[in-house]
Amino acid sequence: MATSSGTSKRPVRLLRNLNAKIASIPMVATALVIFIGCTAWTILYSFTDSKLLPRLNFVGFEQYDRLWGTRRWLVSIENLAWYGVCSLVLTLVIGFTLAALLDRKVRFENTFRTILLYPFALSFIVTGLVWQWILNPDFGVQQVVRNWGWEGFTFDPLYNPDIVIFGILIAGIWQGSGLIMVIMLAGLRGIDEDIWKAARVDGIPTWKTYVVVIIPMMRPVFVTALVLIASGIVKVYDLVVAQTSGGPGIASEVPAKYVYDKMFASQNLAQGFAASTMMLVSVIIILIPWAYLEFGGKKRG
Amino acid sequence: MKTFSKLLTTAAFLTAGATHATELEVTHWWTSGGEAAAVTEFANAFNATGNTWIDGAIAGSGGTARPIIISRILGGDPMGATQLNHGRQAEELVEAGLMLDLTDIATEGDWANVVNPTSLLDACTLDGKIYCVPVNIHSWQWIWLSNKAYADAGVNTPTNWDEFVAAAPALEAAGKVPLAMGQQPWQSNGAFGVMAIAIGGQDLWNKINVDKDSDAAAGPEMAKVFEAAVTAREMAANSRVQDWNQATNMVITGEAGGQIMGDWAQGEFQIAGQTAGEEYECLPGLGVNEVISTGGDAFYFPKSDDPDITAAQKELAKLMISQEVQVAFNLKKGSLPVRGDIDLSSANDCMKKGLEILAAGNVMLSGDEVLSADTQGQIEDLMVEFWNDPSYSAADAQAAYAAIIADAD
Repeated sequence: MATSSGTSKRPVRLLRNLNAKIASIPMVATALVIFIGCTAWTILYSFTDSKLLPRLNFVGFEQYDRLWGTRRWLVSIENLAWYGVCSLVLTLVIGFTLAALLDRKVRFENTFRTILLYPFALSFIVTGLVWQWILNPDFGVQQVVRNWGWEGFTFDPLYNPDIVIFGILIAGIWQGSGLIMVIMLAGLRGIDEDIWKAARVDGIPTWKTYVVVIIPMMRPVFVTALVLIASGIVKVYDLVVAQTSGGPGIASEVPAKYVYDKMFASQNLAQGFAASTMMLVSVIIILIPWAYLEFGGKKRG
Repeated sequence: MKTFSKLLTTAAFLTAGATHATELEVTHWWTSGGEAAAVTEFANAFNATGNTWIDGAIAGSGGTARPIIISRILGGDPMGATQLNHGRQAEELVEAGLMLDLTDIATEGDWANVVNPTSLLDACTLDGKIYCVPVNIHSWQWIWLSNKAYADAGVNTPTNWDEFVAAAPALEAAGKVPLAMGQQPWQSNGAFGVMAIAIGGQDLWNKINVDKDSDAAAGPEMAKVFEAAVTAREMAANSRVQDWNQATNMVITGEAGGQIMGDWAQGEFQIAGQTAGEEYECLPGLGVNEVISTGGDAFYFPKSDDPDITAAQKELAKLMISQEVQVAFNLKKGSLPVRGDIDLSSANDCMKKGLEILAAGNVMLSGDEVLSADTQGQIEDLMVEFWNDPSYSAADAQAAYAAIIADAD
């Protein structure tokens, strides 16, 4: 791009590729109005005392003060952190392992792929309900094992406030790892056969080839998977509603549910906006260093 | 002769209706057995006028339904009529001019004089105009007791809260749950509210909820209420049901000793074919302080540009508060009628107790009428945590409660 601009007749940059630019106007407008505009609107109104209807009566940081003084919000944040870290690591590990196993040219690969991807076709509400039943101590796993004769067996994560978030995590991973597996599988298929041959000639064991050669080569695939998992984590809501409704007590509350409850059930828009702004801020805090590493690094190199 | 004139009026209605039959979608959250039977009375009465009742029941509780209802009204897709609890829930919708003004039919029907207690109509009034039709009075202040459970445990059915607490160990020994509690937030909050009135007394309740006196909320009188709530929490520890009617069912089957629940629980006993005084007992104000709150359900009518719809809305409003419909509806629902001038001799024992308390004027405002949805939501969050976390001490909960009251608007 920069090399051609040295000629005497310097074209006006704005008019270059005019058709393409006109065609992208609707997209740009949508992005500006819907994403940027609405975000700005939300942040602005989070500094007001809006109740059921938005009104511009500014109260400074009052909503944020209240937010961070609320136990339910703090529990939500803690839950999201646990759920987020575990879900990120486990989904990646399980997704990649399954993909690697399928990539070893197993028989009935299509069948296995379909079975493993199937949970992803279900809505979170269905997944949540199914796991609510499986984890129910009176009908589910616990009762089945007890019926086998192991009377003392206890497994009721959804009814134990200390570990309830992991009960939700199980369902989240069951749902999400299939998709990650498929993405990883696509990435693995993109690896040249010759690399495998070269590794075999050098006598590198298979597991080491994966860890040292293949995974670094799959970096773009991992980034895609990471973004998909991360966005799923921040917006987790329906799974919790279907499985526990935030219970027992407030032990499995999540930020998105806090936002919904405050905006609609408690008729306090500003409090909900403040909470959603905090969610946005946390996403940005994670996103900026990553974007800097990903894009800032490339230019220099 | 009577039947003949009835036929004539029906025919007149039908012919009148044929010219402008209007469909009206009515949203509500009355979905349990007793509630659905009651709402059918409204639908039948409205259909008899030649209009059509499109039932828009929303499953779940008010907490699920209200956001849906409100976003539909705000989003420009209003229903013909909708249930809400009267009080402050629709305050801002009325202020924004989204609701139909019913003042003319209220004057015509002399609502100011027939509605008893008058606080019901006050809750529907803004700047001298009336925006909703109160349809029933629901009071929270009841405990429902299973005679079977106590007979099985070999103790007498309690007649007040202290006896109830004293009988709990015997029930537990018999493998029963002393106190049935659902897990929905509004249930935890409601049960606590009932205990606050029964144990703390009405003056204390008014000081805290009406005057928003946070010192009273942090004081020693209220501490007793929190202590009692801790006892109740222990008694309900083995109750693992979600919905209120599942908890009521535990009392019906004798699996649980009692349930603190509003008088809508009565509809469930009725559907199960049980009679007050035989299979079950009811104690208003937990048998300690016989006061009932007079909150309840009301219908609001979102404004419409279509004159046909407006006419049908007004017709429905008139119908809902008419004497016959009030009797039919409230008998099924287990709630008290909003009119002081009707005969409810067919009411059961529990409803009669309620009517007596109402007639004696031992009434108080409901939480919906004095606290904003926001404050209620904060108290609900606190109560849900408190009821479910055995390590949450009474003192800590009281401190959090006082802080919420101090900030209440």
